[in-house]
Amino acid sequence: SNDAENTAAHHRNTLQFNTYSHRKQLFSVCVTLSEATEEVSLDSPERQPILSDGPSPVITPVTPVMISSRADVFDRSPDQDEDEEENRDTFDIQISVSDPEKVGDGMNAYMVYKVLTKTSLSIFSRDEVCVKRRFSDFLGLHSKLASKYMHMGYIVPPAPEKSIVGMTKVKVGKEDLSSVEFVEKRRSALERYLLRTVKHPALLKDPDVLQFLESSELPRAVSTQALSGAGILRMVNKAADAVNKMTIKMNESDAWFEEKQQQFENLDVQLRKLHASVESLVCHRKELSVNTASFAKSAAMLGNSEDHTALSRALSQLAEVEEKIDQLHQDQACADFYLISELLGDYVRLITAVKGVFDQRMKTWAKCQDAQVMLQRKREAEAKLQHANKPDKLQQAKDEIREWEGKVQQGERDFEQISKNIRREVGRFEKDRVKDFRVVIIKYLESLVHTQQQMIKYWEAFLPEAKAIA
Amino acid sequence: MKKNVYSYSSCILETLPLRVQQSSFSSTFPGKRLGQAAWSSEGFGSHWVRSVSVDLNNDASLVIDIPDALCERDKVKFTVHTKTTLSSFQKPEFSVPRQHEEFIWLHDTIVETEEYAGLIIPPAPPKPDFEGPREKMHKLGEGESSMTKEEYAKMKQELEAEYLAVFKKTVQVHEVFLQRLSSHPIFRKDRNFQIFLEYDQDLSVRRKNAKEMFGGFFKNMVKSADEVLISGVKEVDEFFEQEKTFLLDYSSKIKDASAKAEKMTRSHKNVADDYNHISGALNSTAADNNTAFKKHLEKYAEVFEKLRKLEDRVASDQELKLTELLRYYTRDIQAAKDLLYRRARALADNENSNKALDKARLKGKDIAQAEENQKQCLQKFDKLSESGKKELTSFKARRVVAFRKNLIEMTELEIKHAKVRRLKCCVYHYMFTRQCSGSHGKPGNMREF
Repeated sequence: SNDAENTAAHHRNTLQFNTYSHRKQLFSVCVTLSEATEEVSLDSPERQPILSDGPSPVITPVTPVMISSRADVFDRSPDQDEDEEENRDTFDIQISVSDPEKVGDGMNAYMVYKVLTKTSLSIFSRDEVCVKRRFSDFLGLHSKLASKYMHMGYIVPPAPEKSIVGMTKVKVGKEDLSSVEFVEKRRSALERYLLRTVKHPALLKDPDVLQFLESSELPRAVSTQALSGAGILRMVNKAADAVNKMTIKMNESDAWFEEKQQQFENLDVQLRKLHASVESLVCHRKELSVNTASFAKSAAMLGNSEDHTALSRALSQLAEVEEKIDQLHQDQACADFYLISELLGDYVRLITAVKGVFDQRMKTWAKCQDAQVMLQRKREAEAKLQHANKPDKLQQAKDEIREWEGKVQQGERDFEQISKNIRREVGRFEKDRVKDFRVVIIKYLESLVHTQQQMIKYWEAFLPEAKAIA
Repeated sequence: MKKNVYSYSSCILETLPLRVQQSSFSSTFPGKRLGQAAWSSEGFGSHWVRSVSVDLNNDASLVIDIPDALCERDKVKFTVHTKTTLSSFQKPEFSVPRQHEEFIWLHDTIVETEEYAGLIIPPAPPKPDFEGPREKMHKLGEGESSMTKEEYAKMKQELEAEYLAVFKKTVQVHEVFLQRLSSHPIFRKDRNFQIFLEYDQDLSVRRKNAKEMFGGFFKNMVKSADEVLISGVKEVDEFFEQEKTFLLDYSSKIKDASAKAEKMTRSHKNVADDYNHISGALNSTAADNNTAFKKHLEKYAEVFEKLRKLEDRVASDQELKLTELLRYYTRDIQAAKDLLYRRARALADNENSNKALDKARLKGKDIAQAEENQKQCLQKFDKLSESGKKELTSFKARRVVAFRKNLIEMTELEIKHAKVRRLKCCVYHYMFTRQCSGSHGKPGNMREF
């Protein structure tokens, strides 16, 4: 088990290619956010600590803010957003998920993760908070956020997938490499999930999020036992599909929405394809590592068999070099996976959330339409009652008309609001997308440079051995 | 109209750069040739160097090379070019076309020649194997409708590169076979070898008929009996005892190493393929996009394309320097083992003839015949031992030199490729980080690199 843990630690450490960063970071990605806002109210009175299981009331930003965020990687210089003004009113937050610990035994066992938040934001009660959370806590958080915000058109980052197979291995106590890798994969995914969530300006201030990050005790999210982030999205999408099938095709007055929806449909297909190719790369890289190790052994045997002394020594050295290179391949496979493959996986899930939000808009529109139909009926009913002599019913009809006029107005307002929100969210998503990908590619290139550097070192050490064959 | 895959296959072979020209380096500097030649730089990797054997064309009196080859469907026609000062040949310089079967015929006649029993017979070149590219071509034909024009053109390009790689390998291996013969003092005088080089008509080499095939099979069975024989025979000669032990062990080890090297090279190629798909997928995604993301995606596609090219080069260099080296010497070790078998047989024959002589003397019959037989067996055995010793000693020297050369070249290429890859990644890294750093860009990040 020590071996497996060491390997996991090694994997984590190899992701830290920030040889030039002097700050001690806790495990892989820590993203510093800096935001410039025009106006945002941090003093909303509704922030009450909630101890129940239900979602807390939403904090709506007082003004629709133009949020632009810059992502700082490895404490490097902040990205500069083209639209941004010179006013950089920065506040930052760092989150890390670490130290997975197994609690309990057998099938009731679960993993607990340490969630460390470091921030200078005033909405947090302390500069540094450390809490322990389990996987279902994350799912619980997501389900609350989804139910609060999705219908408003906010893109709520999806929680990581459940995995029965993976977790069973861990529960059963298999401390082999695959279950260690599984825990590491999950830990990394949970970290990315939290970072994405707090990157969203509205979600950052949500009391459920704050409670999640700060409260030492969190009520157990029982209702999420059967649901994962994806499960919720599936439910939402199913509902949306049902709605679409029932109602008339929405008369899209806004070409932007039609265009964007099509784009996201295409992007979904493309990203899945891309993800599959990267998964293939990871697989083949691992194969390369195995085959290199196998060749190294074979070369060592050949060296032993060789009766020419100098050549024999050179072959043994070659075997050693190849063994070291095998390790490099493993490291590279790690980078392939944790950097690129997981990014693409995250985005495939994110796109699903984006599509869900468009469907919510359609649902809102449908509701608005239904309200209008109802209003029309009520008006017709009232018109009929005008000629009958039933003052009570007439009054009731007039009341109902007023009620449904209100509903229509509300529906139209909701539709307008969700449309506005979606436009803003999509804009934010597209900006974040560019940054996310760039950050990952930069890190990936760093991993490659690191690998090549090592390779040069190993082969340059071997060259005199080869030349020494006399 | 649906394109017939096979009609396509013939036309792709015709559009391939089929006449792969070698630079005329050899004809201008025959003495300095050292068995090396660079392909003409028509973009086919002029860095590629014939490497498996060294110093094979040192002797200007008989210089052989294969300057080009023609590929028609499944058949490869090698142009065998000879330059010689020997009077046994009719002309000082000439070329003939030869097919793989004719090389095999030459090899087999040499193996069957009794006089050469004490020599290590250069291993026959393996049959040209275009299976890989052929499979790819099939895929290309099938998937033509579902690919974009760019994808198709790209795949076609890769296919041509793969054909070329197989081509180079097979030319190399056929060339080395001839050069081993020409550089050997006894083989170069072989009459059949001369005919092979000179005779400008088709050699009309019959394909082995059933009887001959069976005979070959029987020979193989006898050979495995030989293996038992040589391990069983009581060896008086220390040198041969050591060689036997060494060769038996080494042959299985090198065969295994060769197989493992092959798998390793294959994995490199798979990784390169994946980079290719990733690059293509990034480009497709970019094509559908009209936001700022598009340009980024195109750049990333470029990065992966470059990574692919570099990985390909690493794979093919590793194959030529390492895998081909191991493959060749696996065959050569087998040829050395064959020599040991023949000697062991001669030893057994010798012992049998001694026993027969004793028996004859005892019986008092056919003594003269038995004596003659015994004398011949002894002579044969002594001759085999003497030339065998020389051959095995020079074989070891040759092997060590070849390994040294190839390992050095492979290492130098690995270093070169790693440096190029590092540089390219640094350049892209710088480009991408510069995009996002304003006046706060930390140049120190690049210091590490």
